[in-house]
Amino acid sequence: MTSFLEYAPAPESTAILNLKDSYGLFIDGEFVAGHGTPFATISPATEKHIATIANANAADVDTAVAAARRAYDKTWSKLSGADRGKYLFRIARLVQERARELAVAESLDNGKPIKESRDVDIPLVAAWFFYYAGWADKLDYAGLGAAPRALGVAAQVIPWNFPLLMLAWKIAPALAAGNTVVLKPAETTPLSALLFAEILQQAELPAGVVNILTGAGDTGQALVQHPDVNKVAFTGSTAVGRAIAKSVAGTGKKLTLELGGKAANIVFDDAPIDQAVEGIVNGIFFNQGHVCCAGSRLLVQENVHHEVVDRLKQRLSTLRMGDPLDKNTDIGAINSREQLDRIRELSDIGEAEGAERWTAECAIPENGFWFAPTIFDNVSTSSRIAREEIFGPVLSVLTFRTPAEAISKANNTPYGLSAGIWSDKGSKILAVADELKAGVIWANTFNRFDPASPFGGFKESGYGREGGRHGLAAYLTSTVLQGAAL
Amino acid sequence: MTHLAVPKTYKLYIGGKFPRSESGRTYEVVARDGSFLANAAKASRKDARDAVVAARAAQPGWAGATGYNRGQVLYRIAELLEGRRAQFVLEITSTEGVTAAAAGKQVDAAIDTWVWYAGWADKYVQVAGNANAVSGPYFNISVPEPTGIVAIVAPPDSLLGLVSVVAPAIVSGNTVVVIASETAPLSAISLAEVLATSDVPGGVINILTGSAAEIAPWLASHADVNALDLTGAESLEWVDLQIAAADTLKRVRTPGDFGASLDRIVGFTETKTVWHTKSLI
Repeated sequence: MTSFLEYAPAPESTAILNLKDSYGLFIDGEFVAGHGTPFATISPATEKHIATIANANAADVDTAVAAARRAYDKTWSKLSGADRGKYLFRIARLVQERARELAVAESLDNGKPIKESRDVDIPLVAAWFFYYAGWADKLDYAGLGAAPRALGVAAQVIPWNFPLLMLAWKIAPALAAGNTVVLKPAETTPLSALLFAEILQQAELPAGVVNILTGAGDTGQALVQHPDVNKVAFTGSTAVGRAIAKSVAGTGKKLTLELGGKAANIVFDDAPIDQAVEGIVNGIFFNQGHVCCAGSRLLVQENVHHEVVDRLKQRLSTLRMGDPLDKNTDIGAINSREQLDRIRELSDIGEAEGAERWTAECAIPENGFWFAPTIFDNVSTSSRIAREEIFGPVLSVLTFRTPAEAISKANNTPYGLSAGIWSDKGSKILAVADELKAGVIWANTFNRFDPASPFGGFKESGYGREGGRHGLAAYLTSTVLQGAAL
Repeated sequence: MTHLAVPKTYKLYIGGKFPRSESGRTYEVVARDGSFLANAAKASRKDARDAVVAARAAQPGWAGATGYNRGQVLYRIAELLEGRRAQFVLEITSTEGVTAAAAGKQVDAAIDTWVWYAGWADKYVQVAGNANAVSGPYFNISVPEPTGIVAIVAPPDSLLGLVSVVAPAIVSGNTVVVIASETAPLSAISLAEVLATSDVPGGVINILTGSAAEIAPWLASHADVNALDLTGAESLEWVDLQIAAADTLKRVRTPGDFGASLDRIVGFTETKTVWHTKSLI
C-alpha cells in the first residue's frame, strides 16, 4: 500500500551550479594557490567529491592579513560610510540574484535540506547585508559613544552548520563598521564562501577588503593568533573558544565568541500543544540539530508529558529524511562522518545511562552520513545527554512540576545561549524569561533569526552579540560600551 | 587629662560581617614615613572562596531589586560617606601622607562617584537596550542584565579607586568580591563600615585585604565567578589572570583608568533578547 508519505522525488537541479574543479584562496581580490596540502570537499549525503580546495598555511595567513591591512590603510578606512554601505547593498543584491545557486551549493556541501537553505539561510544572508549596509553611514547614531571608530583587521572563523549565514553574520557588521576581514570557513563547508568571493568580485569590492582562507584548525589558529589582527570573532565549540580566549589574552585584540549551547525548551501545561509540538520539532530537528541554540533539552510539565511526547513521536514519524536537494526533504544529512560518530557515541551513552530511546522509523540512504530523529525520554539531569552538546537530531526529555523547578533545571548548565518557553499566559512567559540565564529567549516560537535581533550567549556560551545595534558594537571602538560583554 | 587612643582592628568584610582572615594572618600597614598604622587581615584562598559564596547568595536578591531601589541604596552610601567625610579625610591624610586638601578632594570625588552611578540604576537598561524591528509577527526586545559575580582588583588609589570600580559593577545588580589596595587598605575597610550601616544587603560587596598577587589567581580561576575586573592589576601578572579566566569564559576588563563611564556598567552586563509571538487577529 502506498503511504501518504511517498511522494515522487522533486530534486532541485544542480545545473544552476557552475563549479570549478578546484578553488584557490581568495586573497587581495584574486584566487591564488595555497601553500598547504589541498583537500577535498564532499557531499555528506553521497560522499561524492565536489571540488578540491586550497589549504592556507601560516605564510598564506601572513599574505592575507597583509592584504587586509593594506586595504584598511589605503582604501577602506578612507571611504565614506555611505560608500561602504553602497558596497554592502551591492553584495546584498548579488546574493539575492544568485540565491538559488547559493542554496543549491549550500545543500550540496552541507547536507541541509534545500527548503532550509532556500527559505532560511540564503534569504537571511541577503537580509544581513541589507541591514548592516544601512548602518555604515549612521554609526554616530548607534548610541555607542562619540565618533566610533573601526578596529582595523578582523580575523573571523566560522562553523559548518550555517556556512554562508555565519559568513554574513561576521562580514556584514565588520565591513559596515569600517574594518577589513580575513575569514576562514569551516573545513567541511568551504563552497558557499568561495562562491561568495566571486560575488565580491562582481560587486567590485576593493581588493583585500575581504580575504577568504580555506583550511582546517591550524589555519584558523594561525589566523586568530596573527599579531597584526585587531579583532577576533569566532563561532564554534566552547573548547576552541576557550583556547582562543587564552591565546588573545594580553594582546589587546577585541574578542567575541559565539559558542556551544544546551538550550531548554520549556513546555507548560497551558501551552498551545499543537504549536508547541511544531516548535519542539523546529527547535531540535531544524538543520539536523546542527544548531548551537538548538532546543536540545525538552522540559515538559509533568501533567502533559505523555501527551506531548506521544504527539511528538507521531509528528516525527511524518518527517522525510533523505536527499538534501529534494524539495520534500525535512531532514538532511549529518555534515560529516566525524560528527555522525559523535552523535552515535553520545546517543549510546544516553541509552547506557538509562534513558528511554525512541527513533523515528525511516529508510536510511546507503551512502552518506545519516542519523534518524531520536528522542530520549525520562532523561536525568546528570545524564551526559542532558549536559553535553550533541549537535545532532537528538532530543532529551525531562519533566518538571512547578515554574521554579523548570527555571532551575533550565539554568542547570554551564551554557546560556538560548531557551524556549511555551505557554498561553503572557505574564508567566515574561516572569520565566526574566529568570532564564540565556541570551536569546523564544516565547511560543523557536529558532527565529533576524539581522535586527542581537544573538549571543550568557556564561560559557561566549560573549558579544551578533545582529542588531549590539552586533555593531563588536566591531567598533568608542568611549562607551566597549566592555568585553558587548 | 589626655585620652589614650583606642585603635581599630581592621578586618575583612564578607557577607555583611567583619571576620578576621580564617588563616589568622595579618600584615603590617605602614604610613608613608614607615611608622606603624595597623595589622590588616591578610586574606587567604579560603577567605576569597567564602567571599564568592556570600556574593553568590546575595546576587539574585540584589539583581531582583528594582533599579529605583538599587539607585536609592547607592545614593544612601553617598549620604553616609558624606556624614563621615572628616573621618575619611583624617584617615587618608594620616595613612597615605597626603595633604588634607588632597584627601578631601579624594573623598568628595568618591561621594560624587556614588551619586553619579546611583542615577544610572534605572536608566542604563534604557540606554543599552532596545526594541528590535524584526521581519515577522514578533515582539522583540533586548535588555541588559547583570553578569553575576564580578571579582575585582581595585586600583592602588585607596578610597576613590575602590569606589570607582565597585559602584559601576553593583549598580546593575552584580555582586562583587574586591581586593582592596594592598598598600592603602585601611579606608577600604572603613568604607565597609559605611556599607554595613547603609542599606546594601550583606554579600553584595565583599572586601578582601592582603596580597592581590596571592588572592587574584584564585578568583580568576574560580568557576562561580562570572567576570574579572583587572582595572587595578597593572602591577600584577595580569595576562596570566586573563588566561586563567578564559577557562570559564569570564568577561574580563583589562588594566586601565577608572574614570566614571557607562561603559563600566555595561561591560559587566549580558544582553538578553526575548522574542514573543504576536497572534493573528
